[in-house]
Amino acid sequence: MKIESITIQNGFGRDGQKDNFKEIKLNMCNIISIVGPTGSGKTTFINDIALFADKNTPSGRRILINNEIPSDEFMNNPSCNPISYITQHTNFLSDLSVKAFLETHIKIRNSGAIDIIMEKTLDFANQITGEPIIIWSKMTELSGGQTRALLIADAVIIGNSPIILLDEIENAGINRTKALELLRNYEKIFIFVTHDPRITLLSDYRLIMKKGAISKIIITSEEEKKAVQKISIVDDLLLELRNLLRSGEKISEKFITEQIQTI
Amino acid sequence: MKVVICAGPPTSGKTTVIKQVISRLQKKNINPCYLKIDVLFADEDLIISQEFRIPARKVYSQDLCPDHCNVIVLGDAIQWGEDIGSDIIIIETAGLCLRCSPYIENSLGIVVLEATSGMNLPRKIGPMLSLADVAVVTKIDLISQAEREVFRANIMEAASVSIIETDALHGINIDHIIRIIDRMDSYSAPSLLRGNPPVGTCTICVGKKEIGKEAHFGVLRPLESDIFYRGE
Repeated sequence: MKIESITIQNGFGRDGQKDNFKEIKLNMCNIISIVGPTGSGKTTFINDIALFADKNTPSGRRILINNEIPSDEFMNNPSCNPISYITQHTNFLSDLSVKAFLETHIKIRNSGAIDIIMEKTLDFANQITGEPIIIWSKMTELSGGQTRALLIADAVIIGNSPIILLDEIENAGINRTKALELLRNYEKIFIFVTHDPRITLLSDYRLIMKKGAISKIIITSEEEKKAVQKISIVDDLLLELRNLLRSGEKISEKFITEQIQTI
Repeated sequence: MKVVICAGPPTSGKTTVIKQVISRLQKKNINPCYLKIDVLFADEDLIISQEFRIPARKVYSQDLCPDHCNVIVLGDAIQWGEDIGSDIIIIETAGLCLRCSPYIENSLGIVVLEATSGMNLPRKIGPMLSLADVAVVTKIDLISQAEREVFRANIMEAASVSIIETDALHGINIDHIIRIIDRMDSYSAPSLLRGNPPVGTCTICVGKKEIGKEAHFGVLRPLESDIFYRGE
């Protein structure tokens, strides 16, 4: 089945206030961000999407795929599930080795030849994390960054789903810029939950959450799109500082002042 | 009357799932009653009768194996449910012995498993899973989608059951259980156990504390060879 769109029909926030829209329809290649303070309901919102809510979750929202109520098959058979979801939970609880886990997941997602897909997945993960992942390690032994990198790679390559949900991709030691760059090579619908200005402004539009409900929808303006480039410079400076500190360097006030002036 | 028997390892979320089911049944004007079978302590009957105002009771197996206790008590329990005019009886077992399963014919057998309990759990719990009709996986909000899918595959490998993934705390996906209950047949006697709980009568059960095969009778198993029988 070819996925063309996903539609979210409105529901309620915690105190019963309605989402400020009737229906949001995302078409293939749309990128949107969900933003709002911690506890504002961002994760609940994408949980609704991941579970194909049908007015049966606390928010009362309903999800349609290609304008229709999704079939039970989506939930019951992982190889038919059009959604890959990377949660905020950065810990694996699985007691299997990386190899055994990926093999099983490739099989049930029916993603293709095991060896090739596994290599692709590890390659993707290793591009966005510091230390390479050893396939014989237990999933539980991976570092925070490795785990997150593997989760993203798993969702994109093994899941290979047309709709990808990413909950706070910026958390925990992964190369965000590289991750975004890699993700953009794929033709998918991306829904980001994020606190990151750069990711937010790269989206087609953003949903602002308040007390569990969507309070506003803002389309990214041309002006904002230009601003992203400036934000990237600031962002890259911070990344550079982080790398310096990580590698044991010291930083002086003069150095920072100079760097800011160059910007 | 319909009969639902619910089993699962301790802390897997049986009671939380049952509470969600009861509240949805009540919204459909279906009257449930509830029985908890446990070993030494249970207060779920009080919690459920207070929260939902439905007939609820418990039975302690104490020195009797809880799964054997279940077999003996089920007859009276179903009679009790019929007598008080309930539409459905929900029986929650302690489910401690992984060689046993409490399910009977003409009823719905639900096993509750927590997603956080390790990928190999489905292989470890035997008939409690393989003889059930439905496996309800709880706490799915605590693990990644990838792990959820692998856990599901491991259940499917161990048993042919319907799998329902839930976040019972927030009532997510409980509606699927209700749909299955809607479709199921009413109870009719005679109804036999789906599997035999293995017998638990031996010299250890009856109080001998010595260790080692020399001290015991019946079916014994040395470290280095197959089992043998000593006795008359």
